[in-house]
Amino acid sequence: MLLAAIESSGQVASVAILRDETLVAEYSIDYKKTHSTTLLPMLEEIVERTEIQLSDLDAIAVSSGPGSFTGLRIGSATAKGLGLALDIPLVEVPTLEALAYQFFGSPQLICPMMDARRGQVYTGLYRFSEKGELTTIFPQAAIQAEQIIEKINEMGESVVFLGDGVGVYRQLIEEKCKVSYLFAPPHMIKQRAGALAALAAVYLKEGKTISADLHKPEYLRLSQAERERMEREKGHD
Amino acid sequence: MKDRDKQTKKDVLILGIESSCDETAASVVKNGREVLSNVISSQIDIHTLYGGVVPEIASRKHMERINQVIRQALSEAGITLSDLTAVAVTYGPGLVGALLVGVSAAKAIAYAAGLPLVGVHHIEGHICANYIENKDLEPPFGCLVVSGGHTHLLRVADYGKYEILGKTRDDAAGEAFDKVARAIGLGYPGGPKIDKAAKEGNPEAIVFPRAKVDGSEYDFSFSGLKSAVLNYLNGAAMKGESIVTEDVAASFQKAVVDVLTDHSAAAVDEYGFKAFAIAGGVASNSALRGSIQNMCDKKGIPFYMPSPVFCTDNAAMIAVAGYYDYMAGKRSGTDLNACPALRLGEH
Repeated sequence: MLLAAIESSGQVASVAILRDETLVAEYSIDYKKTHSTTLLPMLEEIVERTEIQLSDLDAIAVSSGPGSFTGLRIGSATAKGLGLALDIPLVEVPTLEALAYQFFGSPQLICPMMDARRGQVYTGLYRFSEKGELTTIFPQAAIQAEQIIEKINEMGESVVFLGDGVGVYRQLIEEKCKVSYLFAPPHMIKQRAGALAALAAVYLKEGKTISADLHKPEYLRLSQAERERMEREKGHD
Repeated sequence: MKDRDKQTKKDVLILGIESSCDETAASVVKNGREVLSNVISSQIDIHTLYGGVVPEIASRKHMERINQVIRQALSEAGITLSDLTAVAVTYGPGLVGALLVGVSAAKAIAYAAGLPLVGVHHIEGHICANYIENKDLEPPFGCLVVSGGHTHLLRVADYGKYEILGKTRDDAAGEAFDKVARAIGLGYPGGPKIDKAAKEGNPEAIVFPRAKVDGSEYDFSFSGLKSAVLNYLNGAAMKGESIVTEDVAASFQKAVVDVLTDHSAAAVDEYGFKAFAIAGGVASNSALRGSIQNMCDKKGIPFYMPSPVFCTDNAAMIAVAGYYDYMAGKRSGTDLNACPALRLGEH
């Protein structure tokens, strides 16, 4: 099993190659958001250095959202192009699940939180079963950070926070979170294609693939124009 | 980058990909002039709901259609990726989010298929649309490019070599059509609707200004004309007079066409063009086609224009431009970016 993974949902550009149980390459840059000029050259570099043949790839894993609309599209269009040219399927991995997977085996609740602007975060709550399966406690949504903190307080269990939303809402968490909590350290706080690839391998074994033609990102939000139009139409009722 | 230029093959087959605005398009062109397929997936129905192109929606729709459109272009051409010589893609100007879908997909396809990639300027594509049906047309010639986003008068010095003589200082010609069409209740898209209404109207009914731009003979300005139309409408409304939509459409269109034709005629005289062509979405406008044809007839030079299907945004024109860029040795890397404000002549 040979997988290439692509992650560009936030500021991090990250690519990885997984061969069976081995993460043969992972390349992440959390610097400036220039995914259009960096992502494919990064993949090209790790492919060259690990001497894999693109034609040996079984699937392309892609961080399927939510996240930056443009970032998601660069990753998705890249994955779709690779899938089309190599005639292989894609494995969609929800961005928040891939983030949570970085805490494999954690006994705590896992709360990935991405800054969604407009006072919201893309977030969810996850937990690992004793068998190591990632389970969803609160499904991904674009909500206010307070709302997820309230939910965590209701559950009364310790939690680990990660994602680029932590930087934005750290103070709020410190003020409002009533359970014991941890903030992820630098190597586990942002998106990484290695975790994406590892979770994608699980999904691939379960047969959860999608054709490159049909894949599109899950934005969790309508465009502004669509939202305004729906509000206008509601107003006319 | 592995650049497997297949020079041993006789035919040069280019896959063109275009996603700069609201058309997702792919095409295969043989030897720069023969269109083997030309697939266009238009989003016009959805944008009509909003009275114009919504960039975020356009980007999302491109994502949903891009692979199918490319597959269809290959299958209608009866080829597979391995038969191609190179991949050409529009990388600007246009809507950045929309461009990024085509650029990202094209880069990935070229990389995975081991094909050279050529980034193409959208306006260059429009100009090159003229080569498709006019096998005798070769540079140098004069060209007027008019679309929803662009108004350029230029000298095509050679394949891939352009000298911009004039461009719009404010609204593009097509933009003016859209805005005026909205104001007189014709709706979106304005170009075809005004063209149709104008056929029933009197172009001399209202005198709208023919704007000149101080100090640059070949530049255009359409915002004053748009304002004049709006003032006329407001004036009529205040006096309680009803307007004849067809007359406003015809008079407005005449003003645009007159300016475009006058500038083109002056350029033909000054630069001694032996041929003149029009391109871009507004080049489908019947009054403009007629007027430029007349001008060329008077000057005794041949007039070229693409069929309407090659005037609108399409990928065949990108493949044609990509062919000439490819033959000139231009190549783009896996770091090619979308350039929303790319200027003609910048590479």
